[in-house]
Amino acid sequence: MPRLNSIEELDKLRAQCVAGKDNDAQRPCLTVCAGSGCSAAGAEDLLTALRKAVEKAGMKDQIDVKSTGCHGFCERGPVMLVWPEGTFYNRVTASSAADVVASVCNGHKPVEKLLYKDPVSGKQCLTEEEVPFYARQTRVLFANNGRIDPKQVTDYLLVGGYAAVAKVLGGMTADGVVETVTKSGLRGRGGAGFPTGVKWSLCRKNGKPNGHGDVTRYIICNADEGDPGAFMDRSLLEGNPHSVIEGMIIGAFALGAKQGFVYVRAEYPLAVKHLQVALQQAEELGLLGDNILGSGMSFRIRLVQGAGAFVCGEETALIASIEGRVGEPHPRPPYPVEKGLFGKPTVINNVKTWASVGHIINRGAEWYSAIGTEKSKGTMVFSLVGKINNTGLVEVPMGITLHEMIYDIGGGIPNGRSLKAVQIGGPSGGCIPADLVDLPIDYEQLTKAGSMMGSGGMVVMDDSTCMVDVARYFMEFLEEESCGQCFPCRQGTQEMKGILTRICEGRGKEEDLDTLQDLGWLMRETSLCGLGQTAANPVLTTLRYFRNEYLAHIRDEVCPAKVCKKLIVYEINPTMCDGCGACVKVCAGTAILGEKDHAHKIDQAKCTKCGACMEVCKPKAVLVS
Amino acid sequence: MPKLRINGISVEVEPGTTVLEAIRFLGLPIPTLCHDDGLRDIGACRLCVVEVSMAASGRTRLLSACTLPAQDGMDVRTNSVTVQRARKLLLELYVATCPQSKTIQDLASEYGVRQVRYDAHKEQCIQCGLCVRVCEQQMMAGAIGFAGRGHHRRVSRPFDITSDKCRQCGACIYVCPVCELRCQASTATTTLCSGCLNFAPVCFQSYDDAMCFLEPCHACELTGPIRNDVPVKLRAGKTKAFSS
Amino acid sequence: MATETEVIPEILAQFDETRSSLIPILQEIQNKYRYLPQPMLRQVAQKLDVSLSDVYHVATFYNCFSLEPVGRNLVQVCLGTACHVRGAPKVLDRLLTDLKLPEPGTTADMEFTVRTVRCIGCCGLAPVVRVNDNTHPNMSQAKVKGMLKKYYGKPVAREEVAQ
Repeated sequence: MPRLNSIEELDKLRAQCVAGKDNDAQRPCLTVCAGSGCSAAGAEDLLTALRKAVEKAGMKDQIDVKSTGCHGFCERGPVMLVWPEGTFYNRVTASSAADVVASVCNGHKPVEKLLYKDPVSGKQCLTEEEVPFYARQTRVLFANNGRIDPKQVTDYLLVGGYAAVAKVLGGMTADGVVETVTKSGLRGRGGAGFPTGVKWSLCRKNGKPNGHGDVTRYIICNADEGDPGAFMDRSLLEGNPHSVIEGMIIGAFALGAKQGFVYVRAEYPLAVKHLQVALQQAEELGLLGDNILGSGMSFRIRLVQGAGAFVCGEETALIASIEGRVGEPHPRPPYPVEKGLFGKPTVINNVKTWASVGHIINRGAEWYSAIGTEKSKGTMVFSLVGKINNTGLVEVPMGITLHEMIYDIGGGIPNGRSLKAVQIGGPSGGCIPADLVDLPIDYEQLTKAGSMMGSGGMVVMDDSTCMVDVARYFMEFLEEESCGQCFPCRQGTQEMKGILTRICEGRGKEEDLDTLQDLGWLMRETSLCGLGQTAANPVLTTLRYFRNEYLAHIRDEVCPAKVCKKLIVYEINPTMCDGCGACVKVCAGTAILGEKDHAHKIDQAKCTKCGACMEVCKPKAVLVS
Repeated sequence: MPKLRINGISVEVEPGTTVLEAIRFLGLPIPTLCHDDGLRDIGACRLCVVEVSMAASGRTRLLSACTLPAQDGMDVRTNSVTVQRARKLLLELYVATCPQSKTIQDLASEYGVRQVRYDAHKEQCIQCGLCVRVCEQQMMAGAIGFAGRGHHRRVSRPFDITSDKCRQCGACIYVCPVCELRCQASTATTTLCSGCLNFAPVCFQSYDDAMCFLEPCHACELTGPIRNDVPVKLRAGKTKAFSS
Repeated sequence: MATETEVIPEILAQFDETRSSLIPILQEIQNKYRYLPQPMLRQVAQKLDVSLSDVYHVATFYNCFSLEPVGRNLVQVCLGTACHVRGAPKVLDRLLTDLKLPEPGTTADMEFTVRTVRCIGCCGLAPVVRVNDNTHPNMSQAKVKGMLKKYYGKPVAREEVAQ
């Protein structure tokens, strides 16, 4: 593609793409979600099968087959859309490819077995808009994920991509850009929720000019999405990497930065790949490099891969990692906007924050601030996972209630179980109990309830989840991922984990609860960085809302949710066992004895409490107490 | 020139001064474990936390004074109720981690620690990093460093082999605040500086009272000291002179 | 096991000889040799003028780096929150039992290295296990044996990660 040397040339290229598409407005296009989730479920095979089927039908020049980024409905993957109708198919395996192609060739009658059936109303849904999971969402950042091929910059141009860059370079001032972002009320989507415009203003005030009067500033995109249970950043980078690049170009303009970095986790190979392709295409077009669109502005982006450390999501640790050091955070103040990468003023923002900038420039600060609540503007992307029917990525306006998220969008709790708690914000966040389910979700409300927005991970837990075990799990995670530099975090996570393990094993004391409270306070108040300061949140919130469960473990040595291994016993009910022997095959401790067609029995001495027997028992003869 | 208040006292300092320096300038007491005037502060031990509020926001936080650049309008309290509580809880944890360290015992009793609710860990190191920093910044050797992360983090020699950069100066042993950086030099692989293996223990050649706060190290027991007239101090101040 | 003690010049030539190249260089070596051989780390320290202690700390700090050779097949069990809630610890236990490993590590025959990973990002399909470049969704204890069978003794298809 030839380099674009002016805004006019960009507009011309976009017009060409649009014209080319309009000619074929009715041209059938089969788009398949090829995000990491659907890929794991077989999307690649489906794509190959579709292409083969199209060729076999002799329609190679009439029907397009395209892979797109994540649509969000991961529970139902592989997912695909048939255009121009926008018919939505779910759980499409490669074997259905022929049917899909046939339906397109013959009058476009939808393949019924692939349509989504609403479990509540029983209705078959034709398009995404009809599916309750999507209907209640306000997709801004993810709006285009199902429409564009992330490896084709022309697709991005078609949906209005880089128009915001053109608008900015075509007549806005750096001050104007910062003002717009500030007025929109955008807050950092990485977790802390710091007002983005304020961060940018602070950075602009800092920096000593060099001999030529230039000030060196850097911008960084934090794509080290480490929160377990969160995968929005991954999906955005896989599905629409250009939206992030566009935001960064605008940010670089506002901050006078010539170099930007995207720091991506090593565990996201597909995101890295798509980002590399996108960067290459942007450079080819001259949207990155020197004299962007003839404006005189120079800006380059370097992709840096993480090396496997959760703590590198912390901004000063991330900076250290880019500098080639260990990811050990630095005490703040001074903050990165004052002294950041290589000692220069630096703005670090999350992937979703950068992706929001383009929309705000295009549609205006007023549009953005009209969505959401008084102090939390805009949309938020959550990953809804755990014990919920519709797992996936959800983009909703701030202020939506938990109830709506879980029941209307999430489809409720599976297997007839009941909601117990929702863990929001990853290991830095806390557990919200079921009786707070009418809580509107925004930064302030979550903090008041003891939790934290975090990067948007939302893990739903039902009555088969032990909250003490959850607290122990998070402590284990944080103990492992703590950088170990400062004493309260390094030692505190170890002590807390030790105490929680004892409680889970029935060796807890009531004084332990006060000790946990004190340790939690100490870590929150004296830890060097955000990881340590929020590390106690899961424990403190579960202590606050589920104290009874802790006491049951301590006083009665009982795990009410029947999870903690040392406190449960697996037994086979002899009257219900049909002797099929399925359990024997999967028993980890070879602890099950019995003859075929006769009731089996578990040898408690050998039982490892793995629970596999219960998982495979059809007559549900295995009981746990 | 930033002007700040510490415990109600107004003080104006040079730009770049840390709050710890300002506190010391005023002669106010403040405990530290990982601070040394000749080394870059890292804020690892957290014992020097003070309660800080900026005039604008009005909210207070605990921040380590050694890494905090003094800023205009700062209001610092070095001994508020919150600070006292933090120090007590920290020292409780320190005592459990290194119960045999006299420095920590002294600090704990000074700040009123009356109970230790944790099991004793009997670790030899609080990872203050003074040894690593003195080797790197003062001795320009960088022969020892940290390895690992989180609860696996430890002071180490690269690949657990004594680096050829180590000049056996003994600074690491000298600067350790819990005096626990013992080497077990009976075998070549567990020695820290190998000085004693050369039959020239650096400890009592250069630093009379730095080493051997506890038992004499095995090397002394096996090889015997070079200078018979210098007594080797044992635990609790007892001295024992080796006879050849 | 790498027999070369010298980092191939092609790797070093790709990067500036500055401190900030340290981690990308180590990543290249790790990708190519499946671990970080000691002589290569010494050479890198010298080339970048960084103390060996520093390089050693970086090499032992990050999960992606290994100072020991890893098995032919890298099995990563995701222990993220969603996977945990849907039974990942049991899958891990089963994996370790079947491979006769007391804890995550490498099997004696160097066929498998089992590691835990915190969130691969496929939370909708929890529990998830990744073997080499393949992601296995919706794992359960019963599926472990079958999954391992697919890799035991079979040639490994490995995609070179282009930098």
